[in-house]
Amino acid sequence: MPATIIQRKHKRIKRVKVDTVTIDIIESALRNARFEMDTVLFRTAMSPGIREQHDEFPMIANLEGKMVVGQFGSFIWGFMQGYEGTIEEGDIFLTNDPYSVNGAISHANDWLMLMPIYRNGRLIAWAAMFGHMTDVGGKVPGSLPTDARTIYEEGVTVPPVKIYKQGTLNEDVLKILLHNCRLPHWNLSDFNAITAALRTANTRCIEISERFGDDVFYSAMAEMLDRNKRAMRELISRTVPEKKQYFEDYLCDDGLDMGPYKIACTMWREGSKCIFDFTGTDPQSISSINFLLNEEMFKMFAGVYMIMVFDPQILFNDGFYDLMEVRIPPGTLLKPLKPAALSCRTHALGRIFDILGGLLGQGNPQFMCAAGFSDSPHFMYSGYDKHGDWFQLYQITFGGIPGKPFGDGPDGHSLWPSFTNVPNEFLESYFPLRIETYETIPDTGGAGKNRGGNGLRIGYRFLEPGEISIHDDRWLTYPWGVNGGLPGARSRKLLVRQDGTEEILRSKVDHVKVLAGDLLISDTWGGGGCGDPLERGVDKVMFDVEAGLVTVEGAKRYGVIVARGGSADAAATAELRTEMKKVRGNPKLFDRGFESIDELKERCLRETGLRPPLQPQFTKWATKAGAAGSS
Amino acid sequence: MTYRLGVDVGGTFTDLFLVNEKTGKAFTAKVPSTPADQSIGVLHGIERVCREANIQPFAIDHVMHGTTVATNTVLTGTGAKCGLVTTRGYRQVLQIARSFVPGGLGGWVIYNKSLPMAPLACTIEAHERIGSKGDIVQNLDEAQMRADLRGLKAHAIEALTVSLINSFANPVHERRVRDLAAEELPGIAVSISCEVVPEMQEYERTVTTVANSYVRPKVSRYVANLKSKIEHIAQDVKLHILRSDGGLAGAKAAEQYPVNLLMSGPAGGVTGALWVAAQAGFPNLLTVDVGGTSTDVALIQNGEPRLRRETTVGDVIVRASSVDIRTVGAGGGSIAHVPELTKALRVGPQSAGADPGPAAYARGGTEPTVTDANVVLGYLPAQQKLAGDMTLDRDMASKAVQKIASALYLSLEQAALGIYNIVNENMVGALRLVSVEQGYDPRDYALIAFGGAGPLHANALARLLGSWPAIIPPGPGVLCALGDATTAVRDERARTYVKRFSDSSAESLIRILDELAEAAAKSLEREGVPRSEIRKNYQVDLRYHGQGLRLTIPVDLKQLKKQGLKAIAAQFDAEHRRLFTFALDLEHELVTLRAAVQGRGIKVSRSKIAKGGGDAGGAVVGKQMAFMEGKRVAARVYDRARLKAGNRLAGPAIVMEMDSTTIILPKHHAKVDSLGNMLIYPDTPIAARRKPRAGKHVGKKS
Repeated sequence: MPATIIQRKHKRIKRVKVDTVTIDIIESALRNARFEMDTVLFRTAMSPGIREQHDEFPMIANLEGKMVVGQFGSFIWGFMQGYEGTIEEGDIFLTNDPYSVNGAISHANDWLMLMPIYRNGRLIAWAAMFGHMTDVGGKVPGSLPTDARTIYEEGVTVPPVKIYKQGTLNEDVLKILLHNCRLPHWNLSDFNAITAALRTANTRCIEISERFGDDVFYSAMAEMLDRNKRAMRELISRTVPEKKQYFEDYLCDDGLDMGPYKIACTMWREGSKCIFDFTGTDPQSISSINFLLNEEMFKMFAGVYMIMVFDPQILFNDGFYDLMEVRIPPGTLLKPLKPAALSCRTHALGRIFDILGGLLGQGNPQFMCAAGFSDSPHFMYSGYDKHGDWFQLYQITFGGIPGKPFGDGPDGHSLWPSFTNVPNEFLESYFPLRIETYETIPDTGGAGKNRGGNGLRIGYRFLEPGEISIHDDRWLTYPWGVNGGLPGARSRKLLVRQDGTEEILRSKVDHVKVLAGDLLISDTWGGGGCGDPLERGVDKVMFDVEAGLVTVEGAKRYGVIVARGGSADAAATAELRTEMKKVRGNPKLFDRGFESIDELKERCLRETGLRPPLQPQFTKWATKAGAAGSS
Repeated sequence: MTYRLGVDVGGTFTDLFLVNEKTGKAFTAKVPSTPADQSIGVLHGIERVCREANIQPFAIDHVMHGTTVATNTVLTGTGAKCGLVTTRGYRQVLQIARSFVPGGLGGWVIYNKSLPMAPLACTIEAHERIGSKGDIVQNLDEAQMRADLRGLKAHAIEALTVSLINSFANPVHERRVRDLAAEELPGIAVSISCEVVPEMQEYERTVTTVANSYVRPKVSRYVANLKSKIEHIAQDVKLHILRSDGGLAGAKAAEQYPVNLLMSGPAGGVTGALWVAAQAGFPNLLTVDVGGTSTDVALIQNGEPRLRRETTVGDVIVRASSVDIRTVGAGGGSIAHVPELTKALRVGPQSAGADPGPAAYARGGTEPTVTDANVVLGYLPAQQKLAGDMTLDRDMASKAVQKIASALYLSLEQAALGIYNIVNENMVGALRLVSVEQGYDPRDYALIAFGGAGPLHANALARLLGSWPAIIPPGPGVLCALGDATTAVRDERARTYVKRFSDSSAESLIRILDELAEAAAKSLEREGVPRSEIRKNYQVDLRYHGQGLRLTIPVDLKQLKKQGLKAIAAQFDAEHRRLFTFALDLEHELVTLRAAVQGRGIKVSRSKIAKGGGDAGGAVVGKQMAFMEGKRVAARVYDRARLKAGNRLAGPAIVMEMDSTTIILPKHHAKVDSLGNMLIYPDTPIAARRKPRAGKHVGKKS
């Protein structure tokens, strides 16, 4: 039964004609409101993930729940259909259960809050926001256990509840939640911060509606959605071919020594509709790398990606959702069935962008970007310091942005919007460690006409005993290059013990004990190269060599020979480039850096120092339930 | 008899404002700017203003100057070739920056990062390490350092920056590297991070110090040249440069720490606006400075501009205090366009700039700009000349705006009004950043508009925000020079001091704040400010332990002595509640301690204008058809020079003066006050509001 919306004033808001300029004014006012939500949250939140790294997403939706500004998949419509209860002025809803919201949030660390916005007793809009809490309880600090088999091991979850009921805080529910978290005062502060951000959106929407009237406010939002739909229809018919395009990519492993896992997608157009079909994707994993992908969220990813590649002036919102259809077979890695564990979904989430790039690029190679830093690797370190105080660090690290048709990929940057690194001096002041190295690694970016960004090296020297966790990927497969560009380098984690012994850590590990004096060298991966490296200007290659971003040896991948004095040897370079072109033949559309998974596994130990992962084992119940569900 | 002189160098005019320090009597002059060597225009202006005042130049003892040299050096990328010394392992600190990619989801697809101001090829590492508590983990390897410094010679660097990890906690290695650099690279100016910005966060400290090095040679040359030219005609004169935070720096400090001058120009405008508004009786105001390509806005609370602990110029953000001025790419030259796919009307941020400029300038521009819209709307009458002597080409303006009209199926005038309305909205966006986003209700503020184009938009902006009156000072161009002349010499010292309240005490706080104030006061004394005139202010930056934000809280030392740290805590909680609607029951943590010292300002008695009655008929010079509020109306045109105190001008009206034009909309009127300011109000009484109150909280809806 759908939720009952309680309104004092029953007159229906109606669609009226609004002039262009008023729409533009309302559009910019809503956009400002959205950024104001961010500002309020960043400034008052305590989880470093939100505060320093900006792992949070705001949105403002119309009264039907369609997102008008923001960037995540609106599930408000779905929520209103599924919530059995009332929606009233002053209510704020809270949930962190991905299964209750069809993946609008994809792991329990994300606390999602929703607020209906009322004016004069009538619903006029919605605001929603979620942020990544440092800890929500469960079996490991940080609540992201790589070896969880079910979601029940990943912390406390709450289905959508009214955390504020008509403006009054439901303290009991909040107490239960906080009671189950390791850093309750952080959660409380973040909770307050999200509330404050929602109230900001509330105030702004009411102001706009007061200025223009509820009908105009509603109609302007409707027109913004229509505008987007018109633009996207045009864009889809221009860029998505009717012929089926297929692309696949991989997650290297699942944290249980099995892998790689395949994500497969086919894309084609029927009339003005674009269809994405994930048939062929591997079944859900028994570990926590599953990514419960919300279809609307995927539409948003696809839409944003198309807008960015083809026409960045289009304002992004939910307007075009009818123009896309997303088919994800249940029981797969991207539509796991409850109670599958979900916490470590970050790798699959990131890899979705590589899939999109590969799909859209085949029809428009001149616009294609390489594979990039499609992940947000985590590093965690916790324990008790010498005063007996608990410390718990959760950090996202960055890597190489892919080479793209418009230029090089930056070195050691974030593929995710608004994420920033945590200043190392800040880390050293608050946690018992020293960052001895913080630099990007030469030659790790894939060579190309436009170079992929270099991966990042962080040297963590631990000053207290404790435990660390690492969640990374692309240690086995490579970030691929396009249009002749070469793949970027893989990731690697090396633990150097105080006594000098060295150990290569697997890409996804928890509970690794460290002692004071141990050093972790964490290398993330580079971005793939874009375009023929032999066509990159020699001056550009030399600039990177002088900067130390490409080595003299690495310059040879561009066919550039550096003479003894440090400048390019023009004659030798010309000769080498001709020779390399001849040997190579035509540039490849995609360069994955391997021929087959078997061939890749065969050289795994030799190249990475780690045993190759085993063939994944899938649970029978999920594949069976999935087959039943989809038939 | 001694005089103070304020000098503002703009793109077109150099304005001068001369004040008799005893009597407060003031004189102004306006001369053409001389971009090739700005000092020529300045000297010419001095000559002119001295003649006006009938004095000899040597009667001037202080020259105060706001400059855009530092800003332009950054914007045009024409700074020095900089070397950089970092701690081993951190050579790429500028390359990695904060790993931030702007532009939202997928923004990386179109993001091309600009190159660091210190090239990696000129960056070397010091083998040393300081711990986070200031402990020396590894001694500096001096032999290696010397060798690598010598290696920089091959790169022909013009300036050097030293920024080592944790130097805010212990600067010993940075200082030593500076000494080594002085020996190995004689003649190269060295900036060290612990002196430029002794605060935590390695990237911000480094980029700020590098920015300092980057603009330093140019600024030094400029200041030195100006100083010697001025001293040539007035021997004992002291030259001061306006800082981004609205204080004054001596010539020497300006040459050493030019990163503090990045907002020098706009800060002069804010200071001038502040002074004018205070004279007119409005201590709370929003300032709007509309230029050709951008608009600068700021908020003034109780006669004090809000300060920010960072300065933004182009895509460079540095950790240097500045008046909280926000800039939007919306000005007279902003170009209107209609994207093909969405059919929306957009204005800016692309600008026609000064060259070719708006279509109406008839210098080859064909794109429709805000100025063109104003021309089509009839807001800039035919007899109005821009920049003194340029006539406007109405046909060219109409042709350009017609492009928008055709794309949107609107009449020419409706299209022009659309452009006018959208650009106003963009300016309001910036005004919201400094007001509502900081928890201030714009309805509690007056709005003061200046810059050539500000008065064209002031009435409309005030109406959008409910900020009354809209104040139009006389001679909006001279405002900056006035701001320069009336500014007090100021300096500050800060120290990072990250400590929870339980690990600190009021006594240690007071001791450190005293030390900081003393150091700052000494530097003021060196600038010739007598000890007796120095005022001291104290601030601390605070947060809840674990939070990332820091709020700046003013500290009263007496209160601190009496009540201890909890006095500060209560102030912080109140501020936190005002900004974010809630306070937390968590321990407070100190982040930065700061002392600011300031010399005495100066009293200026501005000459009052002649009194007249309510009728402003004597100043009417014509009539002009204009398109306002969607209708064609006949607006009276006034000559501002003929207005008298007490005059009331009913809208629709257009008021012309040499360097700007004011629009008074229908159902609004302007009153002329005794100082010649026009105060624009709506005809209907302002909606019944509570007594205006400072910093009313607006986050929560009643």
